[in-house]
Amino acid sequence: MHLILFVLFAGLCLAGAINLLLQSHPINSALSLIVVMTSLAVLYLLLGAEFLAAAQVIVYAGAIMVLFTFVVMLLNAGQEERTLGSRAARTVGFPAVAAILGVLATIVLKAQGLGTASLSDGITPTEQLSAELFTKLLLPFEVTSVLILIAILGAVALARRGDGERTEGK
Amino acid sequence: MTILQFVIWSLLKVAVVTVVLLMGVAYTVLLERKLVGRIQNRWGPSRVGPFGLLQPLVDGAKSFLKEDIIPTAVYRPLYLLAPIIALGCALISIAVVPFGSPAVTVNGMHLFQISDVNIGLLVVLGITSIGVYGIALAGWSSNNKYSLLGSLRSSAQLISYELALGLSLVGVVLRAQSLNLRVIVESQAGKGLLTWNIFGGLQIIAFLIYLTAAFAETNRAPFDLPEAESELTAGYHTEYSSMKFAMFFMAEYANMITVGCVATMLFLGGWTSPFGNLIPLPQNILLQAILPIFWFVFKVFCFLFLYVWVRGTLPRFRYDQLMNFGWRYLLPIAILNIVGTSLWLAYR
Repeated sequence: MHLILFVLFAGLCLAGAINLLLQSHPINSALSLIVVMTSLAVLYLLLGAEFLAAAQVIVYAGAIMVLFTFVVMLLNAGQEERTLGSRAARTVGFPAVAAILGVLATIVLKAQGLGTASLSDGITPTEQLSAELFTKLLLPFEVTSVLILIAILGAVALARRGDGERTEGK
Repeated sequence: MTILQFVIWSLLKVAVVTVVLLMGVAYTVLLERKLVGRIQNRWGPSRVGPFGLLQPLVDGAKSFLKEDIIPTAVYRPLYLLAPIIALGCALISIAVVPFGSPAVTVNGMHLFQISDVNIGLLVVLGITSIGVYGIALAGWSSNNKYSLLGSLRSSAQLISYELALGLSLVGVVLRAQSLNLRVIVESQAGKGLLTWNIFGGLQIIAFLIYLTAAFAETNRAPFDLPEAESELTAGYHTEYSSMKFAMFFMAEYANMITVGCVATMLFLGGWTSPFGNLIPLPQNILLQAILPIFWFVFKVFCFLFLYVWVRGTLPRFRYDQLMNFGWRYLLPIAILNIVGTSLWLAYR
Protein backbone atom coordinates (compact mmCIF):
# COMPACT_ATOMS: atom_id res chain seq x y z
CA MET A 1 0.00 0.00 0.00
CA HIS A 2 2.71 2.46 1.03
CA LEU A 3 4.75 1.57 -2.03
CA ILE A 4 1.79 2.07 -4.36
CA LEU A 5 1.11 5.49 -2.86
CA PHE A 6 4.79 6.38 -3.02
CA VAL A 7 5.07 5.48 -6.71
CA LEU A 8 1.82 7.28 -7.47
CA PHE A 9 2.76 10.54 -5.79
CA ALA A 10 6.43 10.47 -6.77
CA GLY A 11 5.22 10.08 -10.35
CA LEU A 12 2.77 12.95 -9.91
CA CYS A 13 5.54 15.06 -8.42
CA LEU A 14 7.87 14.42 -11.36
CA ALA A 15 5.08 14.94 -13.88
CA GLY A 16 4.28 18.27 -12.24
CA ALA A 17 7.92 19.30 -12.32
CA ILE A 18 8.31 18.43 -16.01
CA ASN A 19 5.04 20.16 -16.83
CA LEU A 20 6.31 23.23 -14.96
CA LEU A 21 9.22 23.45 -17.37
CA LEU A 22 7.24 22.73 -20.52
CA GLN A 23 4.28 25.05 -20.00
CA SER A 24 4.62 28.38 -21.73
CA HIS A 25 2.09 30.23 -19.61
CA PRO A 26 3.33 31.43 -16.20
CA ILE A 27 0.09 30.59 -14.41
CA ASN A 28 0.16 27.00 -15.64
CA SER A 29 3.74 26.72 -14.44
CA ALA A 30 2.74 28.10 -11.03
CA LEU A 31 -0.09 25.58 -10.78
CA SER A 32 2.26 22.73 -11.70
CA LEU A 33 4.53 23.88 -8.90
CA ILE A 34 1.58 23.59 -6.50
CA VAL A 35 1.06 20.01 -7.66
CA VAL A 36 4.75 19.33 -6.96
CA MET A 37 4.51 20.87 -3.46
CA THR A 38 1.39 18.96 -2.47
CA SER A 39 2.66 15.62 -3.75
CA LEU A 40 5.86 16.26 -1.78
CA ALA A 41 3.65 16.74 1.27
CA VAL A 42 2.12 13.31 0.65
CA LEU A 43 5.61 11.81 0.41
CA TYR A 44 6.49 13.39 3.79
CA LEU A 45 3.34 11.90 5.23
CA LEU A 46 4.31 8.46 3.92
CA LEU A 47 7.62 8.83 5.76
CA GLY A 48 5.73 9.57 8.96
CA ALA A 49 6.46 13.31 9.13
CA GLU A 50 2.91 14.53 9.59
CA PHE A 51 3.71 18.01 10.90
CA LEU A 52 6.13 18.59 8.04
CA ALA A 53 3.48 17.51 5.55
CA ALA A 54 0.93 19.93 6.99
CA ALA A 55 3.46 22.75 7.13
CA GLN A 56 4.43 22.03 3.51
CA VAL A 57 0.82 22.42 2.38
CA ILE A 58 0.04 25.46 4.53
CA VAL A 59 3.26 27.39 3.95
CA TYR A 60 4.37 26.44 0.45
CA ALA A 61 1.21 25.43 -1.38
CA GLY A 62 -1.09 27.71 0.58
CA ALA A 63 0.88 30.90 1.20
CA ILE A 64 3.96 31.20 -0.98
CA MET A 65 2.35 29.87 -4.15
CA VAL A 66 -0.67 32.11 -3.61
CA LEU A 67 1.78 35.03 -3.66
CA PHE A 68 3.29 33.65 -6.89
CA THR A 69 -0.08 33.39 -8.63
CA PHE A 70 -1.00 36.76 -7.16
CA VAL A 71 2.01 38.38 -8.81
CA VAL A 72 1.36 36.58 -12.10
CA MET A 73 -2.22 37.82 -12.06
CA LEU A 74 -1.23 41.34 -11.02
CA LEU A 75 1.32 41.71 -13.81
CA ASN A 76 -1.01 39.87 -16.18
CA ALA A 77 2.05 38.14 -17.59
CA GLY A 78 1.47 36.82 -21.08
CA GLN A 79 2.76 33.82 -22.97
CA GLU A 80 6.42 33.11 -22.65
CA GLU A 81 8.45 33.44 -25.82
CA ARG A 82 10.06 30.27 -27.09
CA THR A 83 13.67 30.52 -28.14
CA LEU A 84 16.00 27.78 -29.17
CA GLY A 85 18.23 28.48 -26.19
CA SER A 86 21.66 30.02 -26.26
CA ARG A 87 24.66 28.04 -27.47
CA ALA A 88 26.56 28.71 -24.24
CA ALA A 89 23.75 27.17 -22.22
CA ARG A 90 23.86 24.03 -24.32
CA THR A 91 27.61 23.57 -24.39
CA VAL A 92 28.27 24.39 -20.73
CA GLY A 93 24.88 23.80 -19.13
CA PHE A 94 24.25 20.13 -19.82
CA PRO A 95 27.72 18.86 -18.82
CA ALA A 96 27.63 21.08 -15.71
CA VAL A 97 24.26 19.70 -14.65
CA ALA A 98 25.44 16.15 -15.25
CA ALA A 99 28.61 16.80 -13.22
CA ILE A 100 26.71 18.32 -10.28
CA LEU A 101 24.21 15.47 -10.24
CA GLY A 102 27.09 12.98 -10.36
CA VAL A 103 28.86 14.63 -7.43
CA LEU A 104 25.67 14.79 -5.38
CA ALA A 105 24.84 11.17 -6.13
CA THR A 106 28.31 9.94 -5.10
CA ILE A 107 28.25 11.97 -1.88
CA VAL A 108 24.81 10.69 -0.92
CA LEU A 109 25.69 7.10 -1.77
CA LYS A 110 29.01 7.22 0.10
CA ALA A 111 27.79 9.06 3.18
CA GLN A 112 27.47 7.00 6.33
CA GLY A 113 25.32 7.58 9.36
CA LEU A 114 22.64 9.61 7.67
CA GLY A 115 20.05 7.51 9.44
CA THR A 116 17.26 5.75 7.65
CA ALA A 117 13.71 6.59 6.78
CA SER A 118 11.29 3.98 5.61
CA LEU A 119 7.77 3.89 4.30
CA SER A 120 5.86 2.66 7.30
CA ASP A 121 2.86 3.22 9.52
CA GLY A 122 5.08 4.90 12.09
CA ILE A 123 4.44 8.59 12.68
CA THR A 124 6.68 11.11 14.40
CA PRO A 125 4.44 13.02 16.80
CA THR A 126 4.66 16.80 16.79
CA GLU A 127 5.86 16.80 20.44
CA GLN A 128 8.92 14.78 19.50
CA LEU A 129 9.68 17.03 16.56
CA SER A 130 9.43 20.20 18.64
CA ALA A 131 11.52 18.71 21.44
CA GLU A 132 14.26 17.99 18.92
CA LEU A 133 13.90 21.42 17.34
CA PHE A 134 14.02 23.37 20.60
CA THR A 135 16.80 21.46 22.34
CA LYS A 136 19.30 19.86 19.99
CA LEU A 137 18.77 22.16 17.03
CA LEU A 138 18.01 25.37 18.93
CA LEU A 139 20.88 27.44 17.55
CA PRO A 140 20.31 26.70 13.84
CA PHE A 141 16.59 27.19 14.40
CA GLU A 142 17.01 30.63 15.96
CA VAL A 143 19.66 31.68 13.45
CA THR A 144 17.25 30.84 10.64
CA SER A 145 14.64 33.09 12.19
CA VAL A 146 17.16 35.93 12.28
CA LEU A 147 17.81 35.29 8.60
CA ILE A 148 14.11 35.61 7.86
CA LEU A 149 13.96 38.79 9.94
CA ILE A 150 16.75 40.27 7.83
CA ALA A 151 14.82 39.35 4.69
CA ILE A 152 11.72 41.10 6.06
CA LEU A 153 13.74 44.22 6.91
CA GLY A 154 15.22 44.16 3.41
CA ALA A 155 11.75 43.94 1.86
CA VAL A 156 10.52 46.85 3.96
CA ALA A 157 13.58 48.93 3.09
CA LEU A 158 13.08 48.24 -0.64
CA ALA A 159 9.41 49.02 -0.48
CA ARG A 160 9.99 52.35 1.28
CA ARG A 161 12.69 53.57 -1.10
CA GLY A 162 11.60 56.56 -3.17
CA ASP A 163 8.82 57.19 -0.70
CA GLY A 164 10.62 60.27 0.59
CA GLU A 165 8.58 62.94 -1.19
CA ARG A 166 5.28 61.52 -0.13
CA THR A 167 4.05 62.52 3.30
CA GLU A 168 3.63 60.03 6.10
CA GLY A 169 0.40 58.08 6.35
CA LYS A 170 -1.10 59.54 3.15
CA MET B 1 -11.94 -4.92 11.86
CA THR B 2 -11.09 -5.87 8.34
CA ILE B 3 -10.07 -3.42 5.66
CA LEU B 4 -13.33 -4.00 3.79
CA GLN B 5 -15.37 -3.09 6.86
CA PHE B 6 -13.24 -0.01 7.38
CA VAL B 7 -13.77 1.13 3.78
CA ILE B 8 -17.52 0.52 3.90
CA TRP B 9 -17.97 2.35 7.21
CA SER B 10 -15.79 5.25 6.02
CA LEU B 11 -17.73 5.59 2.77
CA LEU B 12 -20.97 5.51 4.71
CA LYS B 13 -19.78 8.24 7.06
CA VAL B 14 -18.52 10.37 4.17
CA ALA B 15 -21.83 10.00 2.35
CA VAL B 16 -23.89 10.92 5.43
CA VAL B 17 -21.71 13.89 6.37
CA THR B 18 -21.65 15.23 2.80
CA VAL B 19 -25.42 15.00 2.44
CA VAL B 20 -26.00 16.62 5.84
CA LEU B 21 -23.46 19.34 5.08
CA LEU B 22 -25.07 20.13 1.72
CA MET B 23 -28.49 20.26 3.35
CA GLY B 24 -26.95 22.49 5.99
CA VAL B 25 -25.61 24.75 3.26
CA ALA B 26 -29.02 24.95 1.59
CA TYR B 27 -30.78 25.81 4.84
CA THR B 28 -28.08 28.29 5.91
CA VAL B 29 -28.93 30.22 2.75
CA LEU B 30 -32.58 30.16 3.77
CA LEU B 31 -31.69 31.15 7.34
CA GLU B 32 -29.74 34.09 6.00
CA ARG B 33 -32.55 35.24 3.71
CA LYS B 34 -35.13 34.90 6.47
CA LEU B 35 -33.04 36.64 9.11
CA VAL B 36 -31.84 39.48 6.91
CA GLY B 37 -35.47 39.84 5.91
CA ARG B 38 -36.58 40.19 9.52
CA ILE B 39 -33.72 42.61 10.24
CA GLN B 40 -34.96 44.76 7.36
CA ASN B 41 -38.55 44.43 8.54
CA ARG B 42 -39.83 42.11 5.79
CA TRP B 43 -40.66 38.43 5.71
CA GLY B 44 -38.07 36.93 3.38
CA PRO B 45 -39.01 33.87 1.28
CA SER B 46 -42.40 32.62 2.47
CA ARG B 47 -44.27 31.26 -0.57
CA VAL B 48 -42.75 27.83 -1.25
CA GLY B 49 -43.80 25.31 1.36
CA PRO B 50 -44.70 26.13 4.98
CA PHE B 51 -42.80 29.30 6.08
CA GLY B 52 -40.84 29.09 2.82
CA LEU B 53 -39.06 25.95 4.04
CA LEU B 54 -38.90 24.37 0.58
CA GLN B 55 -37.26 27.44 -0.96
CA PRO B 56 -33.72 25.90 -1.02
CA LEU B 57 -34.94 22.90 -3.04
CA VAL B 58 -36.59 25.15 -5.59
CA ASP B 59 -33.47 27.32 -5.76
CA GLY B 60 -31.36 24.22 -6.38
CA ALA B 61 -33.65 23.05 -9.19
CA LYS B 62 -33.51 26.52 -10.72
CA SER B 63 -29.68 26.54 -10.68
CA PHE B 64 -29.60 23.16 -12.41
CA LEU B 65 -32.02 24.18 -15.13
CA LYS B 66 -30.48 27.56 -15.98
CA GLU B 67 -28.48 27.88 -19.18
CA ASP B 68 -24.78 27.39 -18.57
CA ILE B 69 -22.98 30.22 -20.37
CA ILE B 70 -19.24 29.99 -20.93
CA PRO B 71 -17.94 33.28 -22.39
CA THR B 72 -15.67 32.88 -25.41
CA ALA B 73 -12.71 34.82 -24.01
CA VAL B 74 -12.20 32.71 -20.87
CA TYR B 75 -9.21 30.44 -20.35
CA ARG B 76 -11.25 27.26 -20.38
CA PRO B 77 -9.26 24.68 -18.37
CA LEU B 78 -8.87 26.92 -15.34
CA TYR B 79 -12.33 28.45 -15.75
CA LEU B 80 -13.82 24.97 -15.40
CA LEU B 81 -11.40 23.87 -12.67
CA ALA B 82 -11.92 26.86 -10.35
CA PRO B 83 -15.43 26.10 -9.03
CA ILE B 84 -14.41 22.46 -8.46
CA ILE B 85 -11.42 23.53 -6.36
CA ALA B 86 -13.53 25.99 -4.39
CA LEU B 87 -16.33 23.57 -3.56
CA GLY B 88 -14.05 20.54 -3.16
CA CYS B 89 -11.84 22.24 -0.58
CA ALA B 90 -14.87 23.61 1.23
CA LEU B 91 -16.36 20.13 1.58
CA ILE B 92 -13.16 18.22 2.40
CA SER B 93 -12.14 20.10 5.52
CA ILE B 94 -15.20 18.90 7.44
CA ALA B 95 -13.70 15.38 7.42
CA VAL B 96 -11.64 15.87 10.58
CA VAL B 97 -14.38 17.47 12.65
CA PRO B 98 -15.66 15.43 15.62
CA PHE B 99 -19.43 15.96 15.70
CA GLY B 100 -20.20 13.88 18.75
CA SER B 101 -18.77 11.99 21.64
CA PRO B 102 -15.84 9.69 20.72
CA ALA B 103 -17.24 7.18 23.20
CA VAL B 104 -19.72 6.06 20.53
CA THR B 105 -17.80 3.54 18.45
CA VAL B 106 -18.52 0.74 16.04
CA ASN B 107 -15.84 -1.98 16.09
CA GLY B 108 -13.44 0.51 17.67
CA MET B 109 -14.09 3.18 15.06
CA HIS B 110 -15.48 6.63 15.92
CA LEU B 111 -18.97 6.95 14.57
CA PHE B 112 -19.21 10.74 14.69
CA GLN B 113 -15.88 11.66 13.11
CA ILE B 114 -14.79 10.65 9.65
CA SER B 115 -11.11 10.53 10.52
CA ASP B 116 -9.31 11.21 13.78
CA VAL B 117 -6.04 12.81 12.68
CA ASN B 118 -3.20 13.86 14.99
CA ILE B 119 -2.80 17.13 13.13
CA GLY B 120 -6.52 17.74 12.56
CA LEU B 121 -6.31 21.47 13.13
CA LEU B 122 -3.48 21.85 10.61
CA VAL B 123 -5.44 19.79 8.09
CA VAL B 124 -8.34 22.25 8.32
CA LEU B 125 -5.99 25.23 7.94
CA GLY B 126 -4.14 23.59 5.04
CA ILE B 127 -7.25 22.74 3.06
CA THR B 128 -8.67 26.21 3.66
CA SER B 129 -5.46 27.75 2.36
CA ILE B 130 -5.68 25.65 -0.82
CA GLY B 131 -9.28 26.82 -1.28
CA VAL B 132 -7.98 30.30 -2.14
CA TYR B 133 -6.97 29.02 -5.57
CA GLY B 134 -10.61 28.45 -6.46
CA ILE B 135 -11.32 32.16 -6.11
CA ALA B 136 -7.98 33.34 -7.50
CA LEU B 137 -8.19 31.19 -10.63
CA ALA B 138 -11.86 31.97 -11.20
CA GLY B 139 -11.12 35.67 -11.33
CA TRP B 140 -8.06 35.33 -13.50
CA SER B 141 -9.41 32.83 -16.01
CA SER B 142 -12.66 34.78 -16.51
CA ASN B 143 -10.72 37.42 -18.43
CA ASN B 144 -12.83 40.19 -16.96
CA LYS B 145 -11.68 43.31 -15.11
CA TYR B 146 -14.18 42.98 -12.31
CA SER B 147 -13.40 39.31 -11.81
CA LEU B 148 -9.66 39.94 -11.75
CA LEU B 149 -9.98 42.80 -9.26
CA GLY B 150 -12.24 40.67 -7.10
CA SER B 151 -9.86 37.75 -7.03
CA LEU B 152 -6.82 39.99 -6.42
CA ARG B 153 -8.59 41.55 -3.46
CA SER B 154 -9.60 38.14 -2.23
CA SER B 155 -6.09 36.64 -2.45
CA ALA B 156 -4.53 39.61 -0.66
CA GLN B 157 -7.24 39.57 1.99
CA LEU B 158 -6.95 35.84 2.59
CA ILE B 159 -3.15 35.90 2.89
CA SER B 160 -3.32 38.79 5.36
CA TYR B 161 -6.04 37.39 7.57
CA GLU B 162 -4.89 33.77 7.47
CA LEU B 163 -1.88 34.87 9.49
CA ALA B 164 -3.97 36.41 12.25
CA LEU B 165 -6.37 33.46 12.12
CA GLY B 166 -3.62 30.88 12.49
CA LEU B 167 -1.90 32.79 15.28
CA SER B 168 -5.13 33.22 17.22
CA LEU B 169 -5.45 29.44 17.38
CA VAL B 170 -1.98 28.94 18.86
CA GLY B 171 -3.16 29.87 22.36
CA VAL B 172 -5.76 27.11 22.27
CA VAL B 173 -3.22 24.59 20.99
CA LEU B 174 -0.82 25.59 23.78
CA ARG B 175 -3.52 24.95 26.37
CA ALA B 176 -4.59 21.60 24.96
CA GLN B 177 -0.98 20.60 24.13
CA SER B 178 -2.23 18.89 21.01
CA LEU B 179 -3.27 19.59 17.45
CA ASN B 180 -5.79 16.77 17.54
CA LEU B 181 -9.30 18.22 17.43
CA ARG B 182 -10.73 15.42 19.57
CA VAL B 183 -8.13 16.07 22.28
CA ILE B 184 -8.71 19.83 22.08
CA VAL B 185 -12.43 19.30 22.68
CA GLU B 186 -11.82 16.85 25.51
CA SER B 187 -9.43 19.30 27.19
CA GLN B 188 -12.42 21.64 27.67
CA ALA B 189 -14.85 18.97 28.82
CA GLY B 190 -14.27 19.25 32.59
CA LYS B 191 -16.75 21.73 34.05
CA GLY B 192 -18.93 22.77 31.15
CA LEU B 193 -18.98 26.47 30.38
CA LEU B 194 -16.29 27.25 32.97
CA THR B 195 -13.64 25.15 31.26
CA TRP B 196 -14.39 26.25 27.72
CA ASN B 197 -11.44 28.00 26.16
CA ILE B 198 -13.40 31.19 25.61
CA PHE B 199 -14.15 31.65 29.35
CA GLY B 200 -12.11 29.41 31.64
CA GLY B 201 -9.21 29.24 29.22
CA LEU B 202 -9.03 33.05 29.07
CA GLN B 203 -8.90 32.86 25.29
CA ILE B 204 -11.65 35.40 24.71
CA ILE B 205 -9.25 37.77 22.94
CA ALA B 206 -8.14 34.93 20.69
CA PHE B 207 -11.81 34.16 20.04
CA LEU B 208 -12.53 37.73 18.97
CA ILE B 209 -9.49 37.72 16.67
CA TYR B 210 -10.60 34.39 15.24
CA LEU B 211 -14.09 35.71 14.71
CA THR B 212 -12.91 38.79 12.82
CA ALA B 213 -10.38 36.88 10.74
CA ALA B 214 -12.95 34.18 9.97
CA PHE B 215 -15.36 36.77 8.57
CA ALA B 216 -12.58 37.96 6.30
CA GLU B 217 -11.53 34.42 5.39
CA THR B 218 -15.00 33.47 4.21
CA ASN B 219 -15.45 36.75 2.29
CA ARG B 220 -18.46 37.69 4.35
CA ALA B 221 -19.80 41.10 5.28
CA PRO B 222 -18.34 43.41 6.58
CA PHE B 223 -15.28 42.08 4.74
CA ASP B 224 -17.00 40.97 1.52
CA LEU B 225 -14.85 43.21 -0.68
CA PRO B 226 -14.04 40.49 -3.25
CA GLU B 227 -17.67 40.49 -4.29
CA ALA B 228 -18.63 44.04 -3.39
CA GLU B 229 -21.57 44.45 -5.76
CA SER B 230 -21.55 48.24 -5.73
CA GLU B 231 -18.01 48.39 -7.13
CA LEU B 232 -17.26 45.02 -8.75
CA THR B 233 -20.63 43.74 -10.04
CA ALA B 234 -20.15 40.31 -8.48
CA GLY B 235 -16.37 40.10 -8.14
CA TYR B 236 -14.70 36.82 -8.97
CA HIS B 237 -17.84 34.98 -10.06
CA THR B 238 -19.16 37.67 -12.41
CA GLU B 239 -18.73 35.45 -15.49
CA TYR B 240 -20.12 32.28 -13.95
CA SER B 241 -23.66 31.14 -14.45
CA SER B 242 -25.95 28.25 -13.62
CA MET B 243 -24.50 25.44 -11.52
CA LYS B 244 -20.95 26.82 -11.65
CA PHE B 245 -22.14 29.95 -9.89
CA ALA B 246 -24.08 27.79 -7.47
CA MET B 247 -20.89 25.87 -6.69
CA PHE B 248 -19.14 29.08 -5.58
CA PHE B 249 -22.21 29.98 -3.59
CA MET B 250 -22.28 26.59 -1.89
CA ALA B 251 -18.54 26.77 -1.23
CA GLU B 252 -18.99 30.08 0.59
CA TYR B 253 -21.69 28.70 2.86
CA ALA B 254 -19.87 25.40 3.41
CA ASN B 255 -16.84 27.45 4.46
CA MET B 256 -19.04 29.38 6.89
CA ILE B 257 -20.20 26.10 8.42
CA THR B 258 -16.61 24.80 8.66
CA VAL B 259 -15.48 28.01 10.33
CA GLY B 260 -18.40 27.68 12.73
CA CYS B 261 -17.39 24.07 13.49
CA VAL B 262 -13.78 25.11 14.17
CA ALA B 263 -14.88 27.94 16.46
CA THR B 264 -17.18 25.53 18.28
CA MET B 265 -14.45 22.94 18.76
CA LEU B 266 -11.66 25.29 19.70
CA PHE B 267 -13.40 27.90 21.82
CA LEU B 268 -16.89 26.71 22.73
CA GLY B 269 -16.17 23.21 23.96
CA GLY B 270 -17.22 21.25 20.87
CA TRP B 271 -19.84 18.62 21.59
CA THR B 272 -19.62 18.99 25.39
CA SER B 273 -22.60 20.30 27.30
CA PRO B 274 -22.40 23.88 28.65
CA PHE B 275 -23.69 22.66 32.02
CA GLY B 276 -20.90 20.16 32.62
CA ASN B 277 -21.81 17.76 35.40
CA LEU B 278 -24.71 19.85 36.72
CA ILE B 279 -27.11 17.83 34.65
CA PRO B 280 -26.39 14.10 35.03
CA LEU B 281 -25.96 12.04 31.87
CA PRO B 282 -29.22 10.47 30.68
CA GLN B 283 -29.52 6.73 31.19
CA ASN B 284 -30.81 6.07 27.68
CA ILE B 285 -27.89 5.08 25.43
CA LEU B 286 -29.46 6.62 22.35
CA LEU B 287 -29.94 9.91 24.17
CA GLN B 288 -26.34 9.79 25.37
CA ALA B 289 -25.20 9.58 21.75
CA ILE B 290 -27.55 12.23 20.41
CA LEU B 291 -27.22 14.91 23.09
CA PRO B 292 -23.57 15.82 22.24
CA ILE B 293 -24.54 16.16 18.57
CA PHE B 294 -27.38 18.44 19.60
CA TRP B 295 -24.99 20.70 21.53
CA PHE B 296 -22.53 20.76 18.63
CA VAL B 297 -25.17 21.65 16.06
CA PHE B 298 -26.71 24.22 18.40
CA LYS B 299 -23.36 25.99 18.87
CA VAL B 300 -22.65 26.00 15.14
CA PHE B 301 -26.15 27.36 14.56
CA CYS B 302 -25.51 30.21 17.02
CA PHE B 303 -22.31 31.00 15.16
CA LEU B 304 -24.13 31.08 11.81
CA PHE B 305 -26.82 33.27 13.37
CA LEU B 306 -24.10 35.69 14.44
CA TYR B 307 -22.68 35.67 10.90
CA VAL B 308 -26.03 36.73 9.44
CA TRP B 309 -26.68 39.22 12.22
CA VAL B 310 -23.36 40.94 11.53
CA ARG B 311 -24.10 40.98 7.82
CA GLY B 312 -27.43 42.62 8.44
CA THR B 313 -25.95 45.22 10.78
CA LEU B 314 -22.49 46.37 9.73
CA PRO B 315 -21.56 48.34 6.61
CA ARG B 316 -18.73 47.18 4.38
CA PHE B 317 -15.15 48.21 5.18
CA ARG B 318 -13.01 50.16 2.75
CA TYR B 319 -10.12 48.15 1.31
CA ASP B 320 -7.29 50.10 2.94
CA GLN B 321 -9.14 49.98 6.27
CA LEU B 322 -9.34 46.22 5.90
CA MET B 323 -5.61 45.83 5.32
CA ASN B 324 -4.70 48.31 8.05
CA PHE B 325 -6.90 46.53 10.54
CA GLY B 326 -5.52 43.11 9.70
CA TRP B 327 -1.84 43.96 9.79
CA ARG B 328 -1.65 46.77 12.35
CA TYR B 329 -4.13 45.55 14.95
CA LEU B 330 -5.19 41.92 14.60
CA LEU B 331 -1.73 40.50 13.97
CA PRO B 332 0.09 42.21 16.89
CA ILE B 333 -2.76 41.42 19.28
CA ALA B 334 -2.68 37.77 18.19
CA ILE B 335 1.08 37.63 18.84
CA LEU B 336 0.64 39.30 22.25
CA ASN B 337 -2.02 36.73 23.06
CA ILE B 338 0.42 33.91 22.30
CA VAL B 339 3.10 35.49 24.50
CA GLY B 340 0.60 36.05 27.30
CA THR B 341 -0.81 32.52 27.15
CA SER B 342 2.66 30.97 27.09
CA LEU B 343 3.80 33.02 30.10
CA TRP B 344 0.64 32.14 32.01
CA LEU B 345 1.02 28.43 31.21
CA ALA B 346 4.70 28.49 32.20
CA TYR B 347 4.37 30.33 35.54
CA ARG B 348 0.96 29.41 36.92
